[in-house]
Order: sequence, then structure tokens, then C-alpha cells
Amino acid sequence: MTESTDRANGAAALPVLTRKDFVSDQEVRWCPGCGDYSILAQTQKVMPDFGYPRENIVFISGIGCSGRLPYYMNTYGFHSIHGRAPAIATGLKAARPDLMVWVITGDGDALSIGGNHLIHSLRRNVDLRIVMFNNRIYGLTKGQASPTSEFGKVTKSSPYGTIDYPVSPLAIALAAEASFIARTVDTHTEHIQATLEGAGRHRGSAFVEVLQNCNIFNDGAHREFTDREVRDDRMLVLEHGRPMVFGKERNKGIRLHGHQPEVVTIGENGITEDDILVHDETDPLIAFMLAHIYWPEFPVPVGIIRRISRPTHDELLSNQIEQAIAGRGKGDLAKLLASGETWTVEGDGS
Amino acid sequence: MTAVRERPAETRQLERVTIRFAGDSGDGMQLTGSQFTRTAAVFGNDISTYPDFPAEIRAPAGSLPGVSGFQLSFASTRIHTPGDQPDVLVAMNPAALKSNLGDLPAGGALVVNEDAFTPVNLNKVGYAGNPLTDGSLSAYHVFSVPISTLNARASEGLELTNKQVDLTKNFFALGLMFWLYDRSMEPTLQWIDEKFSKRPVIAEGNKRALRAGYNFGETTEIFHERYIVPPARLAPGRYRNITGNEATALGFVAASQLADRTLFYGSYPITPASDILHSLAAYKNFGVKTYQAEDEIAAIGAAIGASYGGALGITGTSGPGLALKSEALGLAVMVELPLVVIDVQRGGPSTGLPTKTEQGDLLQVMFGRNSDSPVAVVAPATPAECFDMAIEAWRIALKYMTPVAFMSDAFLANGAEPWAIPDPGDLPQIAVPNRTEKEGFYPYLRDPVTLARPWAVPGTPGLEHRIGGLEKSDVIGNVSYDPDNHHRMTVLRQEKIAGIAKDIPPLEVFGAPEGDLLVLGWGSTYGAIRTAVERLRARGLAVSHAHLRHLNPFPANTEAVVRSFRRVLIPELNLGHLQMLVRARYLIDATGYNRVRGKPFRIAEIEAEAERVLTGSVGSRS
Repeated sequence: MTESTDRANGAAALPVLTRKDFVSDQEVRWCPGCGDYSILAQTQKVMPDFGYPRENIVFISGIGCSGRLPYYMNTYGFHSIHGRAPAIATGLKAARPDLMVWVITGDGDALSIGGNHLIHSLRRNVDLRIVMFNNRIYGLTKGQASPTSEFGKVTKSSPYGTIDYPVSPLAIALAAEASFIARTVDTHTEHIQATLEGAGRHRGSAFVEVLQNCNIFNDGAHREFTDREVRDDRMLVLEHGRPMVFGKERNKGIRLHGHQPEVVTIGENGITEDDILVHDETDPLIAFMLAHIYWPEFPVPVGIIRRISRPTHDELLSNQIEQAIAGRGKGDLAKLLASGETWTVEGDGS
Repeated sequence: MTAVRERPAETRQLERVTIRFAGDSGDGMQLTGSQFTRTAAVFGNDISTYPDFPAEIRAPAGSLPGVSGFQLSFASTRIHTPGDQPDVLVAMNPAALKSNLGDLPAGGALVVNEDAFTPVNLNKVGYAGNPLTDGSLSAYHVFSVPISTLNARASEGLELTNKQVDLTKNFFALGLMFWLYDRSMEPTLQWIDEKFSKRPVIAEGNKRALRAGYNFGETTEIFHERYIVPPARLAPGRYRNITGNEATALGFVAASQLADRTLFYGSYPITPASDILHSLAAYKNFGVKTYQAEDEIAAIGAAIGASYGGALGITGTSGPGLALKSEALGLAVMVELPLVVIDVQRGGPSTGLPTKTEQGDLLQVMFGRNSDSPVAVVAPATPAECFDMAIEAWRIALKYMTPVAFMSDAFLANGAEPWAIPDPGDLPQIAVPNRTEKEGFYPYLRDPVTLARPWAVPGTPGLEHRIGGLEKSDVIGNVSYDPDNHHRMTVLRQEKIAGIAKDIPPLEVFGAPEGDLLVLGWGSTYGAIRTAVERLRARGLAVSHAHLRHLNPFPANTEAVVRSFRRVLIPELNLGHLQMLVRARYLIDATGYNRVRGKPFRIAEIEAEAERVLTGSVGSRS
């Protein structure tokens, strides 16, 4: 029995589920070639690994192309309204700590209209896995600039180029003190799987940014560093406890020069692997640095950037209730109604 | 100097007394009023209260905007309102006098803290001279008492700063009122000991202030009479004093027990609804889960999520917050989950009058969402009734799988009355089981009688399904853009709510079932309307009163009731919301009586308006 089986209702003999058990009967209706297909497939693939019975898993989404994902999962699902999925998921998880709750969102849904809920669900450490598809565009509304669109981007809503600076989703998650923060790429199937596995096994608020391509309205959104030919040199795959080495030749790395990160080449100027910064998922300064470095100045970090442990919102809520019951006894309605000062009016036969 | 009393004051018996305490918002007038209220309640009087305070926590001292008032009526008979006008006005400074004097009838008693009538304070509120000495108050019985000076003397020898001593002067005024109305100081003395148990010097200062006020009445000849209001003959039983917000919180805790479900309350702080959150947050040992959300939208979102998981999801707010919740409320209509939205109405639009009462949200609740988006609407009529209507709101929400709006207002929320404490065993059972049967399950397969869809919660094996804000196909529940399906689902949602009319009590008529005039109301205007109609009927006029507790749908007999009267008058604290609904629904030429002054109706206003309608000067329905 795995650790996760213990978490899921303590059921002893769960049927072994496969990817197919998580495929719903609904026809998938994303554009052909959309990065969402890959994310869906990998999500379905890792789902059996957590040991939760299918009925104890819930997918909640907001609005946007990502919002359709719950229809394609053969679990409980709730396709809610724009930006509000974390709020709905927070209430569900508070009421039902036994459930495994996933939030599926996009860059507009999570960072624009729903920014407040994202921040507050993360800071409360609500036990949610929030998967944000970042294609740096509004796809469902046919191509307006999003909060992650690059400065100056020409879109339908910004014909002269957008004058809004983009936000870093990871930096926002970090500022909100998410206990698990990761980044992955739609086309890197094994990496998505590993990242979703990590998120699924985490207790607390897990935020995963998936760099996703919109082949209709923002084709090649991340191509400069995710394409097969260049990705080894332009992306930094993080592993806890391992030096931040990257490159086709595995000879490049990140070194701290004072408090500034810099890209160095191992074997040049006397630099050895010992000089390379070692990734530590629990170190807030490393997390801050990784949330802010990006192509082209730096390779784009992917993998688990931060993973720490702290009590979750539903645990804290349940603890308060248990303590209140332990201290004051289980609530007695008759006593509650008659609390405070009371007086009795005797019957006088009138 | 006031003469020392040589013989005891005469005692006169009265049926009803209304007192208003008014002072600076930092003077403790709300506390003073509520202490008098509990004393009168425990004594056995019927009571009704009307706290009236500014939105500013501490407006500039001595200014008109900073005046805080608390009016209470206590009686030996049943009363329905806190009184139109005070019999006694206690004014702690010139600002309190200036802003409240207009409500004091000629011949009324006016107790003032003469120490506060300094040139500076008088000047602040625009008094050219001192009204205590310039003869302008000759129409009233003025009792000018140097409250600050006398109170300071009572605290001599205690280690208190001048400021701390000054903060106790409200209890001097309270003690004086206790003497005047022959009330025991014991409940308040006990309260002081409990409240300041860790600060005995402060406790002593307050107790001395209270006793000094009482003794001042006893030993000086300023008052020639004192008054006694005997206990009311309430129905036998055990009573407590309760405000609308307290009753609302208790009602939903009771509903959670009766439905055997976890109560989840998501809310964002907003006046005048916050006290419901405060109350519920303390009931953790009832398994109540409260959630102070990041905003109004998150509060309703979380409540929807909790309901989706099988809990009793509730969110509470006031008008501006309700506006923010609109889209999510529409989602709850679409996914057909049980939900209660408490709206403690206040003056609007926008931020409006945060601490003042109004009934301005009825049409917002009815129609303030995109498309046809019906929700059930209930409205308690009195503070205590908030308890019953909370249970009723949940009964409807569960049975019909629908959001229900619970319309309270600032007057109900903060006003108090005696409440006959119910036996939990006598409360209605409202439990509705979740769907667990796999065979024949469809997310939108409706109950043939209620048209409710099944409530299948996550964790139920075999019932995995997807819901959401997109239109769903009838029965099957898949996303559907079929034109006829959308029409059918829109009609079904409407019919489901309309069908609740078969399941709620008929509209009762007080007075004859037909006649010249029906005064029709809803919500907190109950007391003023009922008393006005009692007075009109006592004068032999053919006037009746009906009060709607269900506003969507209306009780099934509503049309028959309104058609049984020659004229219908609808008083509302808005510009005609119920009037518009009644006219639209029944094609009846109902007359409105509309005031939006941030204050409850006076009985006399409604009485006078009813007379005008009766004599045909307004609103003939020929």
C-alpha cells in the first residue's frame, strides 16, 4: 500500500485503475494541435497513481479553454465561472477534507479576473492542486492580450502593441507563500507527468504553471526555449539537491555571484561543478531567484521550484472544531438557544 | 443647586415608555441602551429597540455626524415597534440634543448633561446661545444635570485618569434612568464585574457611576415622580432578548442540526451583516465552519463549493456585496445547488448609508442577474422571526435544490425583542438525503413534484458527473446549445421556483378578510404597519394588514387577498419594489407609500397615509 492510498479514505483494497478509467464519455473539443490535449492525457495518466477512488477526485475549473478539462475527466467535475474556481474549491475542500481537489485554470482566469482568489487560496495553504495553463493569450475569446503576454505584443486588443508589463506567475505564487510551486511544459510529457505526480502527492496548495501552446492565437508562445532542438540549452530542469546544470553538453550552470545569478560554463575559467548552485526546494531565496529568471537572459527553470510543509487550511479548520468540542463539549442546540439571560413567564390561566 | 429630597417621589404606573439615549459615538450610548433593554426584558416587559449609529467609529467629538442613538420601548402590553417618538430623551451633549430634539414631542422629558454645554461644544453645532438657558426648550420638561461633574466626584480616590472617568458617565445616566423607572441595578452591576473582571479599578469606576446616577435620582428633588411599567403578559414560556442578527445565526445553526449537515458560512466583513459572521465563528463546537473570504465573490463561491460537497452553504452580506455576488448567484441557479444568501439591507445605492436601514434590494435580489435567473426569496418581519425564516430558507433550498435569498435589514439586524425560546424538538425536520442510487441517475433528472434535480455529492461511487455554468441538456446534463433545450430549461427553472407556492403558508390577513383597504408589507415594516392598522381598526375603519414572508414565489392566495379590498397600500422603505411586483403580477393599482430616510417607518406616518388613501385623496383603485 502506498502513502497516498492511506490518505484516500484508508480503503484497503482499491480496484486498480488505469488511465482509461479517467476518460469521460465526452468528445474533446479543443482545436486540433492544442497543447491542452497533452496536458489532459498526462493528467489522466497520472491520476491512478494517487490511490484515490475516482469518486473522491474533483476537478474544478473557471472560464477559458482550460475550463473545459473537467468535462473530459471521468471524476466529479465543476466548470464554474471566470476566475472563481479557487474560491469554489476552497469551500469544497473545507466542507470535504476527504476529497482530492484539482483546480484547472489559465493565465487570464488565474492571474487577471481571478487573481485575488489565486493569491488567497495559496496563502491559506488550501489543499488544492492548481494547474494553470499559460499560453500568454486569451484563446477562448479569440486572441486578446493576457496578463502574461510579453510587453509590446500585438494582439486584437492591442494593435499598437500592449503597454502592460507581464507578471511572473511563479513570483505571484511565491509572494502568496504557496507551499508547492512548479513549472512544466505541455509537450514534455514525462516532465508533466513527474510534475503533476509531485503536485498530486503534496499536502497543501500546489501551484503548477504549464507552459502551453495556443496554435491558433499565439502559436509558438514558448517555442524559443521549448523546441526539441534548443530546449536543453535554454531550459533548466530542476532537481532537489542537485546542482543547476543544463545544456546539451551538461556543461552550463547557474552560479551565484554575490546575490546575482549568472550563467557559467563548467571547465572554463577554472569553474567546476562544485561552483554551481545546488537546488533546494525549501530555500526561499533560491525560489525567489528561480521565479524571476527567464529566457533570453537565463535558461527557463522548470520542475519543482519550492516544496515546503505547513498545516493546510482544512486541517487548521478541523483542528479548531475538534478543540472547541474538546473544550466546550459537543454543541447542544437547546442550551445554545437558551444562552444569555433568560426569564420565564408563568402561565396565569388568562 | 438641586434641592435634597425631603420625601419619596410619587410612583405612577405607565403602560409603555420610550427612551432615547443620545450622545457622541464614543460615549457608549449603544451599551447604555442595551443594558437598559436587558434589564427591562428580564423584568418581563415587552421590548423593542432601535439602535441608530453613524458609520464613523469615532467621528470628531461633539459633532453632529458623530451622534449615536439608542431608542427602546418597553411596555406592559404587546408592542411591535420601538416607538415613534421618545417620552424621554437623554442628550449627553449639544450635538445629541440638536440632532434628536425634533423627535421629542412637546411635553416630553429631556435629560441633559449640562456640563457638556460649553461655548465650544455649542459653537461646534451652530447654537448661537445656550438652549438650556435661553428659553428655547420651554416646551419640554428639562432636567439639566451636571452629569460629568457629579460622576467625577463619584470616582474620587480611584486610580483613574480623567479620560477614564469621563468614559463612565454614560452609566451615571443609566443609573438615573434605572431610578426613574424603578429598575434594579443588579443585572448591570453583574455585567460590569464580568466585563471588567481583569480591570477591577475600571469596574469600580463604572459601578460607582451607575450607583451615583441612581442615588442622585433618589436623593435630589429634581424628579417629582418615578414610573413603573409592569411586566407584560407574554405567553407562558422561557424568554430571552434577541436581535435579528443573533436570531439569524441561531436559526442557521438550528437548520444545520435539523438537516444533519455541516454549516459552512462564507462571508466578507460588511455592515450591517458582520455580526452574523462573528456569532457563527464562535459556534465551532457545533461543527460550524466559517470562512472570512478575501472578497464577496469568494465568499459566495466557497459557499457554493461547500454545498456542492453536501454541506449547508451560506453566504451573508449587504446590498453592495450582493451586487458583487450576482454572477456567482447565477451560477448557483444554473447548477441548481442549495444555497442561502443573507442580505442585511442598508441604505444605497453604492456605499450609501452603511448603518441605516432600507428595503432597497428586493428588485436586485429578484432580477439582478443576467437572463432569467429566478431564486426563492424569504423575508423575516421581526428580529425573532429571523430564526424561523432561517430554517424556512434552508427547507426550501434543500427541498428544491435552489438558492434562497434571506432578506433582513439594518433595523431587524440590530433591533431586539423578547423571544420565546423554542424547544428544538418542536422545530421542523428539514433533512433531505443525497442521491446514492446509481441506477437511473442523471444529473438533471427532476423530481416530478418539486422539479428538484438530484443532489449527488462527490464521494458517491458511480455518480461521477460534471456540472457547470454552461447550459445543460434536460435530464442528461451534458453541455447543450440546442435552442429548444435552452427554452425548456429556462422554463423549468422558472416553474421550479413558482411551484414552491404550493408548499408555503397562505398569506394571512389581520383584520377582516375584505374591506376598504389592505395595507400590504414585507420585512421590518411589520411592527409599524401592524400598530397603525390596529389603531385604524380601533377607530372603526375597514382596514386590514397582510405581511409577506415569502416574496418569490408569493403565497398562492396572494391575488385573492389583494383583490378582496377596494384599495391596497404598500408601505416600503424604497421607491416601490413590492408595489411594482404586485402591480405587474396581479394588474392591481396598488398605491405605494415610500420613504428612504434610513429610518424605520413611524406608526403615525402609516396611519395618516392609510387615512389619505381611504378618503380617496390618493390611490383610488376604481
